[in-house]
Amino acid sequence: MAQPSFETLLPRLGESFGATAEAAEAMGAMGDPRALPLLRALNDNRLGRTADGRLVIDGRDALTGEAAPSPAELLRINNRVRVALRGAMGRLAIVSPDAAERAAAAEAVFRTRSAENVPLLEAALAREALPDIRARLELALGASRLISNDPAGQRAGVAALAQAGTADARNLLLEVRASRTELAAEIDQAIAAIDGKLAFRRAAETLFQGLSLGSVLLLAALGLAITFGVMGVINMAHGEMVMLGAYTTFVVQEALRSTGMAAWSLPLSVPAAFVVTAAIGVALERGLIRHLYGRPLETLLLTFGIGMMIQQSVRLVFGAQNREVLSPAWMQGSLLLPGGIAVTQNRLWIIFFALAVLVAVMAAIRFTRFGLQMRAVVQNRRIAATMGIRTGRVDAATFAVGSGIAGIAGVALSQIDNVSPNLGTGYIIDSFMVVVFGGVGSLLGTLVGAMTLGLTNKLLEPYAGAVLAKVAVLVGIMIFIQRRPKGLFALKGRAAE
Amino acid sequence: MKTLHFGRRSALAAGTALALPAVHSASAQAAPIKVGVLHSLTGTMAISETALRDTVLMMVEQQNAAGGILGRRLEAVVVDPASNWPLFAEKARELLAVAKVDVTFGCWTSVSRKSVLPVFEELNGLLFYPVQYEGEEQSRNVFYTGAAPNQQAIPAVEYLMSADGGGARRIALLGTDYVYPRTTNRILRGFLNSKGINDANIMEEYTPFGHSDWQGIVARVKAFAAQGVKTAIVSTINGDANVPFYRELGNQGIKAEDIPSVAFSVGEEELAGIDTRPLVGHLAAWNYFMSVRSPANTQFVSGWHRFIGNTRRVTNDPMEATLVGFKMWAQAVTAARTTAVDPVREAMYGQKVAAPCGYELEMHRNHHLSKPVMIGEVQADGQFNIVWRTQGPIVAENWSPFIPENANRRR
Amino acid sequence: MRRAILLACICTLAALPLLNMLPTDNPLHVSDFIITIVGKWLCYAILALSIDLAWGYAGILSLGHGAFFALGGYAIGMHLMRLIGPRGVYGHPILPDFMVFLGYTELPWFWWGFQSFPFAMAMALAVPGLLAFVVGYLAFRSRITGVYLSILTQALTYALMLAFFRNDMGFGGNNGFTDFKELLGFSLNTSSARMGLFYASLLALVVALALCANIVGSKLGRVLVAVRDGESRARFLGYDTLQHKLFIFVLSAMLAGLAGALYVPQVGIINPGEFSPGNSIEAVVWVAFGGRGTLVGAILGAFSVNALKTWLTSVAPDLWLFVLGAIFVAVTLLLPRGLIGLLEGRRK
Repeated sequence: MAQPSFETLLPRLGESFGATAEAAEAMGAMGDPRALPLLRALNDNRLGRTADGRLVIDGRDALTGEAAPSPAELLRINNRVRVALRGAMGRLAIVSPDAAERAAAAEAVFRTRSAENVPLLEAALAREALPDIRARLELALGASRLISNDPAGQRAGVAALAQAGTADARNLLLEVRASRTELAAEIDQAIAAIDGKLAFRRAAETLFQGLSLGSVLLLAALGLAITFGVMGVINMAHGEMVMLGAYTTFVVQEALRSTGMAAWSLPLSVPAAFVVTAAIGVALERGLIRHLYGRPLETLLLTFGIGMMIQQSVRLVFGAQNREVLSPAWMQGSLLLPGGIAVTQNRLWIIFFALAVLVAVMAAIRFTRFGLQMRAVVQNRRIAATMGIRTGRVDAATFAVGSGIAGIAGVALSQIDNVSPNLGTGYIIDSFMVVVFGGVGSLLGTLVGAMTLGLTNKLLEPYAGAVLAKVAVLVGIMIFIQRRPKGLFALKGRAAE
Repeated sequence: MKTLHFGRRSALAAGTALALPAVHSASAQAAPIKVGVLHSLTGTMAISETALRDTVLMMVEQQNAAGGILGRRLEAVVVDPASNWPLFAEKARELLAVAKVDVTFGCWTSVSRKSVLPVFEELNGLLFYPVQYEGEEQSRNVFYTGAAPNQQAIPAVEYLMSADGGGARRIALLGTDYVYPRTTNRILRGFLNSKGINDANIMEEYTPFGHSDWQGIVARVKAFAAQGVKTAIVSTINGDANVPFYRELGNQGIKAEDIPSVAFSVGEEELAGIDTRPLVGHLAAWNYFMSVRSPANTQFVSGWHRFIGNTRRVTNDPMEATLVGFKMWAQAVTAARTTAVDPVREAMYGQKVAAPCGYELEMHRNHHLSKPVMIGEVQADGQFNIVWRTQGPIVAENWSPFIPENANRRR
Repeated sequence: MRRAILLACICTLAALPLLNMLPTDNPLHVSDFIITIVGKWLCYAILALSIDLAWGYAGILSLGHGAFFALGGYAIGMHLMRLIGPRGVYGHPILPDFMVFLGYTELPWFWWGFQSFPFAMAMALAVPGLLAFVVGYLAFRSRITGVYLSILTQALTYALMLAFFRNDMGFGGNNGFTDFKELLGFSLNTSSARMGLFYASLLALVVALALCANIVGSKLGRVLVAVRDGESRARFLGYDTLQHKLFIFVLSAMLAGLAGALYVPQVGIINPGEFSPGNSIEAVVWVAFGGRGTLVGAILGAFSVNALKTWLTSVAPDLWLFVLGAIFVAVTLLLPRGLIGLLEGRRK
């Protein structure tokens, strides 16, 4: 077959998915620099074709740059085309002056390995100075060498992939193993080495998953640890407070959407959610709950009714459908820790965030005037009152803080869960279990309780499945509470009664 | 089904003989036709079902604007079964026995349909069920306007195995633990085995409703995919659990180019709650997408936006199925010249509607529609890009040939 | 006064099915719908009674009574499934449809015996009773009381819900049991069967009420009240509070199981949703609404809240949660003694 030229390939773009993919591949192999903007536009769904067959990007002729007179219909792509584009764009961009583009290109070439890439990668490697990109290029080169016909290159490829030790490398080695019987022994060795690394990583990742689940539970339970643990109010509307926090995030995001502050909407949501839910908390406490102190079970029914009303209000105002809360770029994707352990950014942030909130609350209780008063009221309400503390005001403030923290938890949960009126219902029982398990009235207990539950759950999950793991954890807590009715960290002395 | 084969005249006679006392021929001309709406407006299913309630209300409004049916106005009777299955049965009885509705549009979950089924059969009501489901059912009192498994799941997996779909030879079946995913996956396993994909290359995992922590499962899918064989995910994950699932998929870097996933319960409405940019290229299989280009769809979408007063609201497959069911019922009533259940049922068979999906759909004697199958890729704007579709509508196999027990089913 | 009202109510209830037999154009005619719905409320009333017995008189607030109710329902549901026999879709002589479908080849051991009605009824009482015994013994022995017990029981019903949702449990998963055909030889879709179940429920309610009233009025009842109002004091006086509480908790769970067993044939479905913690809390709300610590109040609460719910979900499908929520708030704040307190308030 005659070598096609760049011009002869152009009409094939958009013909059928198969033809488009082939044309893109051929353009990538040709290394014509004109192809790159064209392929990028195609990948981003911006490449169109006019009725008379001209290619158009954003209203301008794709090749000449003149304004296109007639309207264009955008070319459609599918996964097959996208795979071809990734390889072609990778080959073309590997000479890019931009380091990030080169890194992405090396990754793309690795994924769409082909023996033809060997010289290209060797040349790129010779030019490259940055160690990170060099490592990627070497991996891509190893992958391409492995499927080349050069036995020495194949061995080098196996070694490079074994060195990388990723699941992708393992995948590739297994893919090749059947057709390269002479390399089977070396490949098996490489796979065994990779498996060793992967087992370590998987263990580390399970640990991370457990900590992540634990931090979510911690956030959800922290507000309850204050309203229930400190004040003894069973707030069944706690989950709804969390949900309101998530909706506040949505509202803040929508309000800032078209302003320059859009990138800051998530951090700004934290104080906003705190204020909104704390205000609602104060209103509830002053208006309703304070009439029921000393009657925890009545409060339970009262707050259950309030929860129903809050949930339905949100459903009527925002609709029953999920609302979209965007993640900022720094909360998307995974972070590669040393040792190749991949952790998802959003969950990593939530772990830090949960700990920060916990530390802030503990500090506030220990070091501020409000904290002192709160502790005084918890220990002995009457004497605190005689000392001139306005106990009513302290109650309101405590409930406000508890509700506000629930709202903050909602901001964090908006990053991993649905923002829907039902958001809170899923967390309420777990939160109660965490507080009771950790020991009512002890924030440290809440931390330890949440993390223990999170880790146990994730360690059991691979063996028992998600449902049974959860059931097992619940049963475990019930048995534990029976052994130690006051939880892990029981308050001692009078305050415990 | 033998008893259904009597002629129209005798059916009419039977209908009037059995008819509820509300249908007095003289005074009924003025009385409105009552349309029951049995969708959860509160509780866990409200998220999906409220849009269907609104669709029925829109259809009623449009039909009234067009002069009603048989010269009579339509009146919607809305109740809230509150995502509570016994309450579904109670409300169904209330609609049929107290409000004396002529037809009911309702239910989303299979369990709600199973709950109301005995009531509709006992009181000889008429229910239009608009959601794709697991099949293995056929009641003379229900018209199923959603897809049966062969109208959704099997074509989707065939696509994944094709060159265009990536040529997958290893499949992870992820689902919510209830009857629809269990059945669908059972059918799919039979199908995959028949295509030479053995059980070692199939992973099956179930999670509870509303599951929000997908870290472990997504990580296991990644490990499952690292076996040197092209892998794809088939998701029958239901409702609320999808948002955290797709978030985890995106954040763990599973790209559609490497491990494509196809979902049977994720439509435009579900995507409205997700940032879809990291998910571009993941797939869904339905019988309708909002992005379909057809005159009927343009009319449907603009009518919906006008009715709901918000141009950002989307349409989806169950809404289209509700619309098709409604139109067919209206045509059947017109043809039967009565709203009595038995003649309307007879008139339903063979009824055709030019549906928004761009095809003319027909109601068959198995109470299911023939439907086209479409595969859409998620786009950055939350819509689907249709990358594959069947030549024409496919007849439903509500009793799947891939389930061996169907061989000794009672007919 | 209370007794007279009660008698009048029971007579009215007993007359309902008779009025159902009047021709439909008679102004006194009561529709089938009313019969089925009141039949359901009768079961709820038994559940409310069982909660009130434990909470109102012994101070044990269980937020997991829905679990006992559901277990009773599942027991009778298993019987009803076995009675379907070869009439199932797949025509298997023994296995219910969902088992055939999930590939079971034989009946799991825990399904044995359920083809017998007396056995199923015994199980409907014994299983909740046994579970209550185990949970109660462990909890009361460790002196877990008040709020902690409530949360513990809530976790119990939640864990059971998750477990029953699993299809691998052998209880039909999310779909549970439906499509029942007959009970004791009567086809369930007939008026006569409904009437029979109605009277059975009414009888059960009256018997349960009499039983509870007897217990409450006895020495045992007075000890329970003492435990409720000051458990340590009662213990120091030499009463074995563990034994007393355990007895009443187990009895209460069995009553809840009975209510569930009567409920399932009437509504025609049992599924794990019955275990959901919200259901249990709702049942507690009925008791609080009607008047905790008065047996009649519990029944009144179950009837009035459910009547309200039935009515509101039809007339105000979008707003009923507000109304119901507001009523809960108002009752706890303004009517600490519930409806019964309001009715009797004038006499005080």
